[in-house]
Amino acid sequence: MPTPIDLNFSSTHEWCRIDANIATVGISDHAQGELGDVALTLLPEVGRMLQRGDKLGEIESIKAVSDLYAPVSGEVVAVNEALDDAPELVNDDPYGKGWMVKIKMTQPADAETLLDSAAYEATF
Amino acid sequence: MKRTSLYETHLAAGATMVPFAGWEMPVSYAGTVAEVAAVRSSTGLFDVSHMGEVSVSGSGAFDFIQYLTTNDAARLSPGKAQYSLLLNENGGVIDDIIIYCLASNAYLIVLNAGCKDKDWDWLQAQVQGKANVVLEDVSKSTALIAVQGPKAVELISQLTGQENLSELKRFQFSRGQCGLIYSRTGYTGDDGFEIFCESADAPSLWQKLTDAGGVPAGLGARDVLRLEAGYPLYGHELDAEASPFESGVGWAVKMNKGNFIGRAALLDLPKNRSLVGLQMDERAIPREHYPISANGELIGHTTSGTWSPTLRAGIAMARVDAEFAVLGTPISVDIRGRACPAKVVALPFYRNGV
Repeated sequence: MPTPIDLNFSSTHEWCRIDANIATVGISDHAQGELGDVALTLLPEVGRMLQRGDKLGEIESIKAVSDLYAPVSGEVVAVNEALDDAPELVNDDPYGKGWMVKIKMTQPADAETLLDSAAYEATF
Repeated sequence: MKRTSLYETHLAAGATMVPFAGWEMPVSYAGTVAEVAAVRSSTGLFDVSHMGEVSVSGSGAFDFIQYLTTNDAARLSPGKAQYSLLLNENGGVIDDIIIYCLASNAYLIVLNAGCKDKDWDWLQAQVQGKANVVLEDVSKSTALIAVQGPKAVELISQLTGQENLSELKRFQFSRGQCGLIYSRTGYTGDDGFEIFCESADAPSLWQKLTDAGGVPAGLGARDVLRLEAGYPLYGHELDAEASPFESGVGWAVKMNKGNFIGRAALLDLPKNRSLVGLQMDERAIPREHYPISANGELIGHTTSGTWSPTLRAGIAMARVDAEFAVLGTPISVDIRGRACPAKVVALPFYRNGV
């Protein structure tokens, strides 16, 4: 799967799509491939305040549990409820319907700490 | 790291290989959920050539088997197989095995890959001084392919032309040419066969099976399927510390058949715990070694757990205080600090046609 060029990535495999001050967050195609079939996502409540690097939630595949980290600081303003019944969207469409949370950024400079698509692809 | 004769075949099919019990084995090909679905709806193929095979023959073979294993080998006759256990003197489980009766006083024992070296040492120690029993480790020359699913029997019957395969009952087997053994056994909870062949013949047999529509499946799917089917796995439900009566395999211990290794110890071992099935009330995944409580008291631990794609629920097997081994009992599984509600349910979780 080609890596979309409009995304930024953390070194822990979360991606961000930043639109104004809202960051939509998911996990990379590489990460979902390593995890295998996702069976469960545990995501935060809307309203939760996060610092960059905080544990954001958990993703469980059949074979493993993996922590999800906040790639930027801010407030959780939306959670992808479709994953409750269809966590396989993380596998099927990691950069689209498999998104996990939207974060209203409080530190816009956080974005500069992330990798661009080319750098992420070259590293992983 | 050891490799089966199908190693190159797995690589060519794009399998993800992982280390397992000293072997490099395929954990998945297209993905575990898809492979589980293939077994539940049509036919899946598993390379289980890493398992050990030991031939036991000689005029003392029957007595030797009867003394070393817990099930009643007197119920075997040529063409029949039997699930059984090797116990140590303390009544702990050394391995769970399947014994194939090839002929009078000629048996083939199938051992877990991870236990094989230990089992072989144990068998050799026990055979000392018995001139009428011959043991031979035939693991290297023997490949084993499991063909499992509701369409597996039809697929094999058409492919091999071997007669009357569909008439074999569970745990019966039929011998073909070139050392082939077609055994109506498996570890998935679905119908099917396990086919023994010469290692050198395995790649061409595997190719024929895939050409006929069999879907390669890896260890990931195998573990989910055996859990759904409620089958124990050595090192999880079974080990040298736990009595078979507390591990869900008491049915394979025939205390009245005569003396066998471990029998005396079993008479004195407590039966305070039971192996049960658990199903989570909500979407949650119980994994192995998670604590289980009831009414705030610790009552046991999970021995294996997974997400069941077939049941669409988190399931586990667990060893709990016997008083809680009652169907429907509400319990709580500690999933990394969260108390998640579950209930004791019947094993197996899933069984189809076998």
